[in-house]
Amino acid sequence: MGKILGAVVINEDRCKGCALCVDACPKDVLALAGRKVNVHGYPYVEAIKADDCIGCASCGIVCPDGCITVYRKKKD
Amino acid sequence: MEKKEVTLMKGNEAVAHAMIRCGADAFFGYPITPQSEIIETLALLKPWETTGMVVLQAESEVASINMVYGGGGAGKRVITTSSSPGVALMQEGISYMAGAEIPGVIVNVQRGGPGLGTIQPSQSDYMQATRGGGNGDYNVIVLAPASVQEMADFVDLSFELAFKYRNPVMILSDGVIGQMMEKVVLPPIKPRRTEEQIAKECPWATIGRPSSREPNIMTSLELKPEVMEEINIHLQEKYQLAKDTETRCEITDCDDADYVIVAFGSAARITEKSMEIARKRGIKVGLFRPITLWPFPEKELRKTVAGKKGILVAEINAGQMIEDVKLAIGNSLPTAHFGRLGGIVPDPEEIVNALKTKLIDNE
Amino acid sequence: MNNDIISPENLVYKKPELMNDTAMHYCAGCSHGVVHKLVAEVIEEMGMQNKTIGVSPVGCAVFAYRYLDIDWQEAPHGRAPAVATGIKRLWPDRLVFTYQGDGDLACIGTCETIHALNRGENIPIIFINNAIYGMTGGQMAPTTLIGQKTATCPYGREPELHGYPLNMTELASHLTGTCFVTRQSVENVASIRKAKAAIRKAFDASMKGLGSSLVEIVSTCNSGWKLSPKQANDWMEEHMFKEYPKGDLKDTTNL
Repeated sequence: MGKILGAVVINEDRCKGCALCVDACPKDVLALAGRKVNVHGYPYVEAIKADDCIGCASCGIVCPDGCITVYRKKKD
Repeated sequence: MEKKEVTLMKGNEAVAHAMIRCGADAFFGYPITPQSEIIETLALLKPWETTGMVVLQAESEVASINMVYGGGGAGKRVITTSSSPGVALMQEGISYMAGAEIPGVIVNVQRGGPGLGTIQPSQSDYMQATRGGGNGDYNVIVLAPASVQEMADFVDLSFELAFKYRNPVMILSDGVIGQMMEKVVLPPIKPRRTEEQIAKECPWATIGRPSSREPNIMTSLELKPEVMEEINIHLQEKYQLAKDTETRCEITDCDDADYVIVAFGSAARITEKSMEIARKRGIKVGLFRPITLWPFPEKELRKTVAGKKGILVAEINAGQMIEDVKLAIGNSLPTAHFGRLGGIVPDPEEIVNALKTKLIDNE
Repeated sequence: MNNDIISPENLVYKKPELMNDTAMHYCAGCSHGVVHKLVAEVIEEMGMQNKTIGVSPVGCAVFAYRYLDIDWQEAPHGRAPAVATGIKRLWPDRLVFTYQGDGDLACIGTCETIHALNRGENIPIIFINNAIYGMTGGQMAPTTLIGQKTATCPYGREPELHGYPLNMTELASHLTGTCFVTRQSVENVASIRKAKAAIRKAFDASMKGLGSSLVEIVSTCNSGWKLSPKQANDWMEEHMFKEYPKGDLKDTTNL
């Protein structure tokens, strides 16, 4: 049986750090990036456990600012 | 040549016929005395079955003017009509239209105020019409018909001006002109514009965005004051162009006159009779009738009254246009006002008496 | 490394094309952004990008026109349904929708909203109900809950003083001119999918000439409610859904 691989690309400068994606992620892939802020002064989200991503897109769907692009591939 | 159709009808009916004939796309309005014949005539004529013109009775004047905003912003020739209290309700929408540069036509068949006032004729909305009427620095082009013929003719003219300037245009009539019946030659028939014509003539219109252009946005909002000032300067330049090129007036028997009566709309019609009476009594009187109340024909007035003995401003209000007359001529010659209030239409004799007591006797 | 799969053929989610790159002015976690995306996705899926005119309100969504690359008209406060009526009556083959908040739709624009709905104008109305005035800084809305604290009812909304919450969607469901009246929310993936289907149905109904639709989205205003985005979602589920229960209130569309 193939394994599902996922990946997220986060537009950090568009992110406002609301963390709704952190809550939506079933695999705890995402987290706020510590004390770092983006060009607008917002804290932003990072994929801290990128390799756990299954590409379910929950993060992208709940993101109010359209910051997250999601990829998924079935690995044989 | 097209045969001219001469008919007898009310000013209100003439407006309705003129809309359909000049290719209006829609009428949105709410009944109010003394102009309800306009929407009633449209309902009887059913233009949606002939030209495709939309006629809709809205839930209020507030809704009517916002339907005009929507349709005008989408490049269509849209008109609404009302009377004074209803036009007061429309001022919000008119201000937004001026701010968003949306063309549209508003007919005000005035009645006496303030408040619910009376259903009898009045000219007491002059200030509201010529000073913008709503919030912000803006102007509306205002045309004042003095006959049923002009009620009909000014509809197409108003649309032309509205689209030329991307600005609301008002026909400031009153209960006299709206209700009186006289001969009228209805304006020539002009087809409604096609979608292709609208897309070409109104590249700013919100009709759906082809991928070849940026989105079109109708808004009066801009939070950055520097940008908002630029927008206001642009509007003022537009108004200046209208002031320079769009003033209209009618000058009658002023060449040999000692006195000039300045009057618009129905008051000008009454003054024509006053002139006749005065001249029979040996008083040489002429009539200066502004047709555009905004822009006010200042230069034309200054030229006309130069060297005269005095000016009487005859209005059916407490003294509103007289302010524009004074702004135009300053203190260069004696200027008096005569007006009747609250829906009373003056008698021609009263105007002659006022000329005598307020100007001639004071010399 | 999972990142090796980042290439177009593996793409499963991105923000819709119609949503441009302008940073939205909404607060972090605001429901508006999600609903904006849904509207954009539905327009794209219908292939109506070139034939849509949106009408934005006064309130937080006043700048909706900055974010979706379609033609827009920004209406005076509460008048969006009248503005949309003017557009739709004159361009019946266009998709014309309004996007309004609770102050705009359920307070100052109640008259225009009810009459446009009851005339059966072929217009879908998106109604964002977050029970507070966001743009002006968190004042009481007609939909503010009993007991809820806002800047103008700082001790909580009291019926004796402020009257009762107005359930516009229930009202709309009793109007003959409406064909589809529903109440949705966007706090999680399942709700978002349902809300999107509702928006699609309302938009489709308008293009088929079936009448007016009202899609209420019960939403959060975490800034106005003085909660974190996550806490606001929880508060909404606990309190808002009691007063504003989710589901279809009317559907005569057969879509």
